[in-house]
Amino acid sequence: MTSRNINFKHRVAVVGAGLTLFRSKLLETPQELAWLAAKQALDEAGLTLKDIDCVVIGSAPDAFDGVHMKGEYLAEGAGGIHKPAVRVFVGGATGVFVPIAAWWHVASGLCKKVLAVAEEKMSHAARPHTQYVFRYIWDPIVEKPLNPNLIWIFAMEMHRYMYKCGVKKEDIALVSVKNKRNACGHPSAQLCMPDITVDDVLKSEVLVWPVQLYDISPTSDGAAAVVLASEEEARRITDTPVWIKGIGWTLDTTHWTNRDLAYPEYVRRAAEMAYRMAGIDNPRKQIDVAEPYDPFDYKELHHMEGLGLAKKCEAPVLTREGVTQRDGDLPINPSGGLLGIGNPIAAAGLMKVAEIFWQLRGEAGARQVKKPVYTGLAQAWGDLMQAGTVIVMGV
Amino acid sequence: MKVGIVGVGWFGFQPEVVDYSFREMMFKAAQRAYQDAGGLDPRSDVDAFVSCQEDFWEGIAISDEFAPDPVGGAMKSVYTVTGDGLQCVGQAYMMIKSGLFDVVVVESHAKPSDIVTLNDVMFFATDPISVRPLSLENIHALAALEARAYMDKFNVSEEHLDAVVEKAHKAGSKNPRAVYASPGRSRPDTPVVADPLREADIAKFVDAAVVVVLASERVAKSFNDTPVWVAGAWWSTEISSLELHDWAFPLHAREAADGAYTQAKIADPAKEIGFAEVDNRYSFKELQHIEALRLAPRGMAGELLADGAFCPGGRLPVNLSGGALAEGVPFEVHGLARLSYAVAVMRGDIKAQVDRREAAVVHSWRGVPTTTSTVAVLRI
Amino acid sequence: MTGATKPLNPRGTKYERADFPVFEFPVVGKARYNYTTGEALGRFLAGLKDGRILGTYCNKCGRVFVPPRMYCSYCFREVDGWVEVRDEGVVVTAVMSYISATRARLEKPVAVGVIKLDVPGRTFDDHFFPGLMHYICGATEDDVKSMRIFGARVKAKWKPPEQRTGSITDIECFEVVRP
Repeated sequence: MTSRNINFKHRVAVVGAGLTLFRSKLLETPQELAWLAAKQALDEAGLTLKDIDCVVIGSAPDAFDGVHMKGEYLAEGAGGIHKPAVRVFVGGATGVFVPIAAWWHVASGLCKKVLAVAEEKMSHAARPHTQYVFRYIWDPIVEKPLNPNLIWIFAMEMHRYMYKCGVKKEDIALVSVKNKRNACGHPSAQLCMPDITVDDVLKSEVLVWPVQLYDISPTSDGAAAVVLASEEEARRITDTPVWIKGIGWTLDTTHWTNRDLAYPEYVRRAAEMAYRMAGIDNPRKQIDVAEPYDPFDYKELHHMEGLGLAKKCEAPVLTREGVTQRDGDLPINPSGGLLGIGNPIAAAGLMKVAEIFWQLRGEAGARQVKKPVYTGLAQAWGDLMQAGTVIVMGV
Repeated sequence: MKVGIVGVGWFGFQPEVVDYSFREMMFKAAQRAYQDAGGLDPRSDVDAFVSCQEDFWEGIAISDEFAPDPVGGAMKSVYTVTGDGLQCVGQAYMMIKSGLFDVVVVESHAKPSDIVTLNDVMFFATDPISVRPLSLENIHALAALEARAYMDKFNVSEEHLDAVVEKAHKAGSKNPRAVYASPGRSRPDTPVVADPLREADIAKFVDAAVVVVLASERVAKSFNDTPVWVAGAWWSTEISSLELHDWAFPLHAREAADGAYTQAKIADPAKEIGFAEVDNRYSFKELQHIEALRLAPRGMAGELLADGAFCPGGRLPVNLSGGALAEGVPFEVHGLARLSYAVAVMRGDIKAQVDRREAAVVHSWRGVPTTTSTVAVLRI
Repeated sequence: MTGATKPLNPRGTKYERADFPVFEFPVVGKARYNYTTGEALGRFLAGLKDGRILGTYCNKCGRVFVPPRMYCSYCFREVDGWVEVRDEGVVVTAVMSYISATRARLEKPVAVGVIKLDVPGRTFDDHFFPGLMHYICGATEDDVKSMRIFGARVKAKWKPPEQRTGSITDIECFEVVRP
């Protein structure tokens, strides 16, 4: 990096957020879901579509919706018509990338108010099963002929992590229990399970050992949106803007069979970029609340370590000690995460950004973390276990 | 903060690149762009990479997985935009203007020859409920509807289209990468595909990759003594429902152009712009886009073109390269193809028949059924 | 300071069984592709047909690439040449799949893993190595669950030459080498 990361001409704030319900099947079309979330975000900011200069859209694999050029299709629901609309894409990491791209729309000085919308409808691809779509994610020449299921690679990563760090399944299951319980405080949640225990996770259907049913987030339909504004506009819109303090992202090599899966180096690099910009040198102390990406329970632990919120192999220990609970010293995924709220891929990532926005404004109500919070972080992950996107926000 | 283009590289522009995979084409285009940027090392000199691609063009879901390695971006900041390459240039332009990035690489590649069921794939871009069940056998029919609406509303004749086709093949014959240029090709002798469009009105597809390096004013000169400056870049999506868009005039191109001209402080494009590279994947689109970009009054492009105003050596040459009709359409690479040709003309690498090389406008459209255009204004 | 819980009344209409018209529009079968293998993977597949696993190497950083590419991802330069790697190596990670690609339950679970391949005269650490994903045969459920499989030696079990087509499936699986 040759960039300087100092005194940007334009500071950028989040001034509103919106979310739909997350459910395994929603009646609304992708356009309608995008509209519901966008409308709520605009309402919360006290704005209308007329006030918006530019739109950034996020959605993960096109094959779920079965729509080619999905950005063109979603532009209408996302409020992007007769406006500059762009769809950005980093696989599963897209949700957190949408506000990252929206950041430079504003920071460039070319847009003053930007609507960032993420949508996913996985139920469309229900036959033979939603997971079949994931077959097209593999390398078409050296991997797809083996007829893989996508859970394979995550199971391989999880198992490698367990092997390298000596982590037990019981410790990993604690994450699932925490998040599915946390989700009960979230009005959008698909899987609120107030009484779930470690035993329930360990007894759930074995899919690809070591991954069992309750280790994974569900497939979902849903949408999320946030409104970003320049400093001048933000001060006019609200007394409590939440500033975007740092952005960062990294893509590791495509060739995942050539590298160690025990530690997410790509997340570390992405976090370093965001921390440098935000002036953070001790994340464990300076980040008050975090929403790392948790499509699988082990990923929350993996990502905490990549983000420097725990030392290598330390995240399971912190989890066991209760540090990551909502009333703990470092609340992790107080929203309920993907494991609890659901996983409409890109929308789930942006949901995390919305959660940090609400937590920092003290608007999370039933799920507001106990300690006072000033700086928060959201992170997503995607592609062939290679993409990390990080955003640091503060009041 | 000014933003300059400091390196351009391309590979392919053949109906079928049989020997190299799309990743290898990306690598070769990137090598050439970095060479052009004074031997830039992507592993240390680049802050971010943007790749413009679509899953269904690739036949791979989440195809951005494959973006980093071939351009030198592994373990660096890489992302994709599902749009035309010129939209990626627009993103890079914003990124550099934000002050966080000094050098951003833009990449796009296309391998239409890998797609067995191209018409079906293109049709997946129509609305899944209201249009797709019609299963049109030829998606160019949607363009034909636009052509008819435009020609009726503005009295554009088939002779005007003849002139566009003739100009494209004539100009293209001087462009070494215009594989489809066929001087002397006579539009009226080709069969009707979807009235009023004949075979000669419709650009063919081509395999290609283009890589462009953009840099901030602060560092541009360390890579290239003759950067071409991006004076403005803007894009617009008119609407998602094809049924409801303006069938007779590409409003999206007009909106994108107005945004780019405002940034570039261009008040009278027809006077201030020296030459243009615009989308002409259908012959009539060249006329529409000339008008949308305010290089001719609405409905007048046909007459002016027939009079030679937009020909090489004319008042305001449009598509000195021959455009997509001569080079082919490399999916999302198309805008970068137009841009790379304009840059080469401005730098004098290509000796073209043009009087004023100091200001150019570049336009791309994503083809049917989309209503998205991107426009960039370039200066030296 | 607990006030109302955001998001307020998130919208969306949940359904289980549709009581309105739905239609199916197959996408998978209609979008068909012939992927160009290119220089690197083309030669790799030809090698498999001959019963050999080929990689490329970069002299600048010393890395060996399997699956091969024509460029070094780390030095951004063309690779320097080809090397035949051994058709055996060690398991770096492995899992037991109880479901198929379409998520149907399998009658018998299958083991899958990443194999770090041996290259004569070279050693590799855990951070970068020539490696392939493939089926692992001869491993029990307990071998995988107990993680005994990690670090185990495996060797390619090839299909008979006349059945090979130039595909990754020319190797049936990597078989555990029992000492």
